[in-house]
Amino acid sequence: MRFWDLLAFAAGALRGHRLRTALSVTGVAVGISAVVALTALGEGARRYVVDQFAALGSNLLVVLPGKVETTGGPPFGGVTHDLTLDDYRAIARLQRVRRSAPLAVATDTVHFKDRGRAVPVLGTTADFAAVRRLAIGSGKFLPPGDPDQGGSEIVLGVTVAQELFRNENPLGQIVRVGPWRFRVVGVLAPRGRSLTFNMDDLVLIPVRTAMRVFNRSSLFRILVDVRMRDEMSLTRRDVEKLMAERHRVEDVTVITQDALLSAFSSILNALTLALVGIASVSLAVAGVGIMNVMLVSVTERRAEIGLLKALGAQDRQVLAAFLAEAVLLATGGGVAGLALGAGAIRAFVGIYPNFPASPPLWAVAAALALSFAVGVGFGVWPARRATRLDPVAALAKR
Amino acid sequence: MIQLEDVWRIFRVGEGEVHALKRVSLTIKRGEHVALVGPSGSGKSTLLHIVGCLDRPTKGRYLLEGREVGTLSEEERSLIRRHRIGFVFQFFHLLPRLSALANVELPMLFAGTPPEERRERAAQTLKAVGLSHRATHRPDQLSGGERQRVAIARAVVMDPAVLLADEPTGNLDRASAGEVMELIERMNARGLTLVVVTHDPAIAERAKRVIRMDDGELVGGSA
Ligand SMILES: Nc1ncnc2c1ncn2[C@@H]1O[C@H](COP(=O)(O)OP(=O)(O)OP(=O)(O)O)[C@@H](O)[C@H]1O
Ligand SMILES: [Mg+2]
Repeated sequence: MRFWDLLAFAAGALRGHRLRTALSVTGVAVGISAVVALTALGEGARRYVVDQFAALGSNLLVVLPGKVETTGGPPFGGVTHDLTLDDYRAIARLQRVRRSAPLAVATDTVHFKDRGRAVPVLGTTADFAAVRRLAIGSGKFLPPGDPDQGGSEIVLGVTVAQELFRNENPLGQIVRVGPWRFRVVGVLAPRGRSLTFNMDDLVLIPVRTAMRVFNRSSLFRILVDVRMRDEMSLTRRDVEKLMAERHRVEDVTVITQDALLSAFSSILNALTLALVGIASVSLAVAGVGIMNVMLVSVTERRAEIGLLKALGAQDRQVLAAFLAEAVLLATGGGVAGLALGAGAIRAFVGIYPNFPASPPLWAVAAALALSFAVGVGFGVWPARRATRLDPVAALAKR
Repeated sequence: MIQLEDVWRIFRVGEGEVHALKRVSLTIKRGEHVALVGPSGSGKSTLLHIVGCLDRPTKGRYLLEGREVGTLSEEERSLIRRHRIGFVFQFFHLLPRLSALANVELPMLFAGTPPEERRERAAQTLKAVGLSHRATHRPDQLSGGERQRVAIARAVVMDPAVLLADEPTGNLDRASAGEVMELIERMNARGLTLVVVTHDPAIAERAKRVIRMDDGELVGGSA
C-alpha cells in the first residue's frame, strides 16, 4: 500500500466523523499547547534570571553577615559579628578586588514639599555605580571620598524623581528623609527591575549617613567586583580568610554569582519540568481520548475491517490504516496545539512585554514528536484489535 | 481448481460443539458455475468462507489451484484473497464514505497499484457493469441493484479466478436480481469460476450444477 494512499484512506475515515475527530484533535491540541506555552514560560523565566544576573555584573561577589551552612553548634554562642565599614575597607584593599561597595538598606519615605514616596533607601559609596553597572541619567552619582565622612547628597531613581518632581528639575533641590535633609545631585538612568531592587524606584545616599539615619552599626551587604573573571573562587577564599581573621570566626557568607545563578537555574529547571509534567498529564488524557475514539471506531467499523480483509488487506495494512488514523488525530492536534500555544505566548508577551517568553525550538520539535508518539502509543491497541477481528464474524450482519 | 477432501468445520460454543461442516469432499473445476443450496444453518456460508480463505477447515485438506491453502500463513492467505478470489455479499458491504469508483478501487489500494492505473481500471470495470454514469455517487445514492453491481465490479477488478457470492440477490427485487445474475453469468462465460449461495430456486436453476447441503453435509451425488 502506498504511503499517500494510506494517509488519504485514514483521513477519509476521519472525515466521516467530523465532530468526534474535532473533539479528539482539540484534546491533543490543548495538551500540546499547554506543553509549548508552559515550557516557553519556564524557559523565559530562566532566561529572565540569567539576563538579570548578567546586568548585575558578572564578576560580582556578595558578602553577607552570618554563615549560611551552619554545621555543628553556632560558634561563640551564636554571636555573629556585624559587617562594618572597616570590613568593607579591608576587602576593598584586597589584591584581586577591583572595587567594592558597602550597602546599608532601609525603607523610608522621601519627601519633597508636600509630596512623599516610600522607597528603599540604599546607603553606599561612589563605587556602587560601577559595581552594579548603573548609568546616570542627569547630574552626578554620590561623590567619591572617605566613606566615614557621610554627606547629605542623594541620588534618585528615575521613578522617584518623576513622582516627586513631576516637571521640575530635581537637581540641586532639597528632599527630606525623616528629619534629615538631602541635596539631589543626580538621577539614575532608567534601568527597571533588577533581581534585588527596582533600580528606578529607590534612592541612594552616602553609607555613613544611612547608618546614622537608620540608627544601625551593621552593613546589609558588601558587594565585591573581582578583577579577573577566572579568579572568582580565589577571591572568594581571600575574602573568607580575611573576614575569618578580622572576626576570629567564620561568620560571613560569600556568594558568587555563578553559585546563585546555578541555584536559580536548577530551581527554574525543576519548575519547567514540573510545568511540563502537568502539561503531560493533559496530553495523556488526550491520548486516552484518542484511544477511546479509535476503539469506538474499530467497534463501529467491524464490517469494514472484515471487508478489507476479504478484499486481501493484510493484517499489517489494517494495522497501519488504523494507526494512521490515530496518528493523524494526534499530530493534527499537535499542529493545532503549536498554533494555540504560540497564540497564548503572544498574548502573554502582549501583557508582559519584558518577559522573554518564546518556546525553545526543542520544545516545538518535542511537542510534534510527542503528539506523534501519543498517536502511535494510544493507537496501537485499538489498531491491534482491528487486525485481530475474525473477518467472518465481522462481516456477519447481526 | 477447488478441491476439498474430507473437510470438517467445528465451532466451539461454550461447552458444546457445532459441526457446521461434516466430511465435505468436493471438486469444482475451472470455469464452472455452481449453485450452493440448502436450508438455513446447513453450512453454506461456512463452506464459502473456507473456499474463500476467510476461514480454515478444522480437519481435512483444501487445495486451491493445486495449492494446499489451509496451512498457509495469514499473510499469504491475504494475498490469495487479493489476487485469486472475489467476494460478493448479500449486504453489499460497500464503504458508505467512498464513491462507487473509490469502492471499486479499494482492492487495488491495498495492492499498491499506482493511482492513475487504479482509476483507469476501476472506471473500466464500472463500465463493464454498466455504471459509468454512477461513478461519483456514494452508495446511499444508489439503488440496491446498482450497489450490488458496484460490489461485483469491486470483486472482479483484481481479475480473480473465483467469484464467491453469498446470497447476492437476497436483498434485491426480482428485476435487479435478474440483472445481477446476468452480469455474473457473463463473467462466468469468460472463464471466471462461480460459486453462488442462494435460497431462490429460480436462481439455483440457472446454474449448470447444483450442490445441496443439509446439516453440514453434502446431499446426494452432488460432489
Ligand atoms: N462462528 C460461529 N460460531 C458458532 N457456530 C457457528 C458459527 N458460524 C456458524 N455457526 C453455525 O454453523 C452452522 C452453519 O452456519 P452457516 O452460516 O454456514 O449456515 P448457512 O447455510 O449459511 O445459513 P443461512 O442460509 O441462514 O445463511 C449454523 O448452525 C450456525 O449456527
Ligand atoms: Mg449463510
